[in-house]
Amino acid sequence: MAYTAERPPQKVTSEQLRDLIPGWGSDLDTANRPAWPKERFDPGASGAHWDFPERQTPEGPRERSIEHRFLTPVFGTAQPTRGTSGLIRRFAYARFSEARAAHWLLLVAADRVDFVGSRATALLKGRPDNPISETGILSEVSRHGIASRMGTPRVDLRHSWMDPILVAAPWVVGGYLALRVGRAFISRGR
Amino acid sequence: MQAMTYRGPYRVRVEEKAMPRIEHPNDAIVRVTLAAICGSDLHLYHGLMPDTRIGHTFGHEFIGVVEEVGSSVQNLQRGDKVMVPFNIYCGSCFFCARGLYSNCHNVNPNATAVGGIYGYSHTCGGYDGGQAEFVRVPFADVGPSVIPDWLDDEDALLLTDACSTGYFGAQLGDIVEGDTVVVFGAGPVGLYAAKSAWFMGAGRVIVVDQLEYRLAKARSFAHAETFNFAEYDDIVVEMKKTTDYLGADVAIDAVGAEADGNFLQHVTASKLKLQGGSPIALNWAIDSVRKGGTISVVGAYGPIFSAVKLGDAMNKGLTLRMNQAPVKRQWPRLLEHIQAGHLKPSELITHRVPLEHIAEGYHMFSAKLDDCIKTVVVPEAN
Repeated sequence: MAYTAERPPQKVTSEQLRDLIPGWGSDLDTANRPAWPKERFDPGASGAHWDFPERQTPEGPRERSIEHRFLTPVFGTAQPTRGTSGLIRRFAYARFSEARAAHWLLLVAADRVDFVGSRATALLKGRPDNPISETGILSEVSRHGIASRMGTPRVDLRHSWMDPILVAAPWVVGGYLALRVGRAFISRGR
Repeated sequence: MQAMTYRGPYRVRVEEKAMPRIEHPNDAIVRVTLAAICGSDLHLYHGLMPDTRIGHTFGHEFIGVVEEVGSSVQNLQRGDKVMVPFNIYCGSCFFCARGLYSNCHNVNPNATAVGGIYGYSHTCGGYDGGQAEFVRVPFADVGPSVIPDWLDDEDALLLTDACSTGYFGAQLGDIVEGDTVVVFGAGPVGLYAAKSAWFMGAGRVIVVDQLEYRLAKARSFAHAETFNFAEYDDIVVEMKKTTDYLGADVAIDAVGAEADGNFLQHVTASKLKLQGGSPIALNWAIDSVRKGGTISVVGAYGPIFSAVKLGDAMNKGLTLRMNQAPVKRQWPRLLEHIQAGHLKPSELITHRVPLEHIAEGYHMFSAKLDDCIKTVVVPEAN
């Protein structure tokens, strides 16, 4: 125990564990552990056949962390910045380092602006978002939602009631704002 | 092509997207044959990771067939069946040259603190992921490996992240013979970590979670003792009691940003996004381990600050070790373990869903329905 010098005795000995558990102790020797030591200088091990990679050609402005000296030679092009959210993102990258909370909070804010904008765009394009299919909520029926939660001590049940509110809130707020705008438009027309 | 796309917190759908194309001479285009939903995908799904843009395709666990290669690719050719580590890395920067493939400096312009990851937001480089019919794979000569003929596809799929990360997590614990190892989290990574702790000579392996069906899997798959923290007033006290008040030698945080068990921490992080993650499991690890012990963190956290009990860690003289797993470095030894029959990664797969039903797959996994542990996604093209 903790109050005297010796460790508590092992309940099951190493010999017994070796018999009980397939592979027990096979990586006791650190030489068998691939992540040991953490850093192992071996530039030839990766398969790279370059000292510095050839550069990917950017097709437009590409935001980057100001902690980088230059745009990395390879980068993702999945969703280029766009619209108001893009302005916020580019400002966050250009102005604040990763060390600053403002950098990340602006990016989170841009995510929410992007969310609202994408809803409107999807509607205008004729493919509005479907909250039933996109939330996968029907799996509550097909995957035994009630039975999965009944009779268990799951602590997530204490706060999972918030999830529908978090999911529905943007729709409720958006609907309210649309109603206000609509009413204002109509009353101005009169 | 068909691809899963993010539509905002708790919402995904399948859309028709443009085919990925070769954008760099060492790129490959891979037709995805199997993908998986990872626990860390839920952090994106719940809107926890900054710069997750609408339209992003998730998926950093996938295998597939090479459809096209760039002009400088030497090690792969069209038709090769490959497993692709979740890390995107150049193989030649300061960090890659030292085996820190997950910390590559040449693939992520958006951040220096994290390397490139498929389908994991622009914070991780802005690459679409593999929950799609096709995916762009940068540095094809470095990351992907041809799947050995003898290896089952689903085992290969789980080597691309979860199994390799769990094995890596056990290594970060620097386990010596006879150590007591406590693993927080009985998701796939925690279960693989628990199993791997035995390979390194642990004397006891304890797994802590709140889901009874996962703890049952910890007992059968990983031969672990289990504690359901929801049944105790204070799990840290139970860890002290079960170790004769010494504490475990090693604790592994295999939960990360959305840990549960403390209402305030969970709600401020997971629901209100005021922290980079809810460090409940990490704080329990810090308090459960013995003085001078080691903490291994392989659970993923966001880049915003989190309320971690560093004072206790400092006062106890702990060693905190953590990283995203450099996946490919683990493969040769893990393949030996699989061949020797020590490990069968696909034993943790509980569900297989077609890509078109991925929204239901996400909800099921997120809400922990139907005894879900690991969900595999099968794209339409197969």
